[in-house]
Amino acid sequence: MFGQSTSPRFRRAALAGTLSAGLVFSLAACGGDDSDSSASTDASASAIDCSPYTKFGDIKGKTVTIYTGIVTPEDTPHKESYKPFENCTGATIKYEGDKSFETQILVRAKAGNPPDLAIVPQPGLVKQLVATGKAKEAPAETAANVDKFWDKAWKAYTTIDGKFYGAPLGASVKSLVWYSPSEFKDSGYQVPTTLADLQALTDKIVADGKKPWCAGISSGDATGWPVTDWMEDFMLRTSDPETYDKWVNHQIPFNGPEATAALDAVGGYLKNDKYVNGGLGDVKSIATTTFQDAGLPITQGTCSLHRQASFYAANFDKGTKVAEDGDVFAFYLPGKDANTKPVLGAGEFVVAFADRPEVKAFQTYLSSDVWANTKAKLSSGWVTANKGLDPNNLTNPIDKLAGTILLDPKATFRFDGSDQMPAAVGSDAFWKQATAWITGQDTKTTLDNIEKAWPK
Amino acid sequence: MFNTASTTPEKILQMLAALLLFAAVLGVILFIAARFGGKRGDKVVAWLYLLPTVLLLAVGLVYPGLRTIYQSFFDAAGKTFIGLDNYTTIFSDNDQLTVLRNTVIWVVVVPFLATAIGLVYAILVDRSRFESVAKALIFLPMSISFVAASVIWKFMYEYRPDQGNVKQIGLINQIIVWLGGKPVQLLIESPLNTFLLIVVMIWIQAGFAMTILSAAIKAIPDDIIEAARLDGVNAWTMFRNITLPSVQPTVVVVLTTIGIATLKVFDIVRTMTGGQFKTSVVANEFYSQTFRADNQGLGAALAVLLFILVIPIVAYNIRTLRRSEAS
Repeated sequence: MFGQSTSPRFRRAALAGTLSAGLVFSLAACGGDDSDSSASTDASASAIDCSPYTKFGDIKGKTVTIYTGIVTPEDTPHKESYKPFENCTGATIKYEGDKSFETQILVRAKAGNPPDLAIVPQPGLVKQLVATGKAKEAPAETAANVDKFWDKAWKAYTTIDGKFYGAPLGASVKSLVWYSPSEFKDSGYQVPTTLADLQALTDKIVADGKKPWCAGISSGDATGWPVTDWMEDFMLRTSDPETYDKWVNHQIPFNGPEATAALDAVGGYLKNDKYVNGGLGDVKSIATTTFQDAGLPITQGTCSLHRQASFYAANFDKGTKVAEDGDVFAFYLPGKDANTKPVLGAGEFVVAFADRPEVKAFQTYLSSDVWANTKAKLSSGWVTANKGLDPNNLTNPIDKLAGTILLDPKATFRFDGSDQMPAAVGSDAFWKQATAWITGQDTKTTLDNIEKAWPK
Repeated sequence: MFNTASTTPEKILQMLAALLLFAAVLGVILFIAARFGGKRGDKVVAWLYLLPTVLLLAVGLVYPGLRTIYQSFFDAAGKTFIGLDNYTTIFSDNDQLTVLRNTVIWVVVVPFLATAIGLVYAILVDRSRFESVAKALIFLPMSISFVAASVIWKFMYEYRPDQGNVKQIGLINQIIVWLGGKPVQLLIESPLNTFLLIVVMIWIQAGFAMTILSAAIKAIPDDIIEAARLDGVNAWTMFRNITLPSVQPTVVVVLTTIGIATLKVFDIVRTMTGGQFKTSVVANEFYSQTFRADNQGLGAALAVLLFILVIPIVAYNIRTLRRSEAS
């Protein structure tokens, strides 16, 4: 999973192509791994306070179906985390993971055969699902949990025409810079806390005769998406989150002075031959290096800094220790000053298509701090922005870092912007033009072209 | 039973049900057909046998075709009628013009080069000692899927920086380095990159051209060749006046077949560059507009354009075929 952000839409598109091949296939071959979670072990069956859920009535023996794109092996901790709910209420959760979730969920909703609950990885898709008229508003109890445990920004992503449709579930942090703790220690580098510090650090590394940054944006026909993340991160820093929202929703033009400043700031790093591309070539090599390979030069000592989301941890070799005292680790991409902390990220939302008591009860469980902590203890490579989460329950160091960043009261979270823009921009023009920009096109032409592609 | 099956037994059951349904429909048709006899009956039986095909063609080909043409006059969401705007975009927008330029390069270069290479190779190895081995060698790429071939060639063109002890892993760049040059990012520079992608297509299609043409050459009657030999013609005259005229209908078929395949090329572009760096062609652009950019109208217009471009080739192909059958 390279991005809960840009990728799923592209994947969805790719699947739509295959899917149109025939009804026969969709009849016979869809649905993925499907199992009953009560069959799994009792490892996590710690008792929880059941009163918030029994309030919905006696739901013993009832079944709730949940449909997601989360498949093996990440599905196991999910199923395990439902155990406490099942044990105390007597309800059964039927988990269905499917790699083609993003196309299938729309097909199923439109065909009138939706699951009770779906874990949707982007706000854009939630909007599409609500537009089918099959999605149900979230119960008041769930909304209350979201008000209590999440930053306001989160609720807004799934509030459509004043109605709230889905509580957030997991989250990921994109504002991270990967580095080598041992290199930092040996060379006396400090983790920067402001943008100016980051610039100073970069120059210092150059002065030591190294190429500080490495980057890569190649990703099949989604090539270019890592630049969109860079630009969004800098939009949050050179302007402010409010301007960012306006820019994402096209209330200010895509090619305005704010966006120009942001992309130029990115260019200051990515289009500077002195700064890139450590171990990988010149500026243009960014266009042909896959995003999976782009951060690996850090472990080979040919690159010092690589901006990529928390999921990048999975790309390092098995023997690489990802920890503050290990081979690689990440630091928060600093804000303008030490007190402003914008965080770019992504996440999933739970959307309901039924309003039976057992569904409402389970929805409420998933939005609670109880579930967040249960899930945290069970999984690795998972975080949430649920403020009820105790970061100490997270098991691996990078999750802990991501969790701490998300839960920092000074942090301002913003969802990946390209994911909320219309597809013609967010998964086409933005990627294409960003790639052209890396291979030599100037900032003005790039932004003008994207602005032109925005649907009227 | 029309719901999505979720467990394996359910899926198998559903598949069996579908097969039974198919058998039942066929049985009904056969049963009705058996009711008719005599001369008029033959006609009825013929129509009955044609019926499933006609129905499937209507549902699977004619209807979607008409629907696509209809959609091409609508906007991105498929809701507002915008006339010929999508077609205007294809012929005026800078990106789209690059797409057209690339498609023209592909269609001009691939069929002629692939056929020429196939023909020359077929003549060279004809009746030589290593004929079967030599033919197998050039035919092998045919058996590889476009995607696999693209992945192989991507490695051929692979670039590693000219930095410290970083070693090249791509053959082409390694040769450049051996010759004392600096490694080049081959797939970035336009229009060179389009030609590099074309090489992959020729690599695959030359084997096809060679096989068909070789069979045609073998079919040239021996007496003509012997007569020419007795007249003392040289190799060039033999090729120009005997071989080429004899295999000319086959050459046309090979050219047009490769031409159609080239117009539809998609896998190579998508696998190697994803249409980036100004390498996109009509089929790839159609896909990315429809499924990625969510612009159904423009996607449909591109599909229609592709359809219109293929028609003359197909028509020409059928005419030559008819003429050669008639003679």
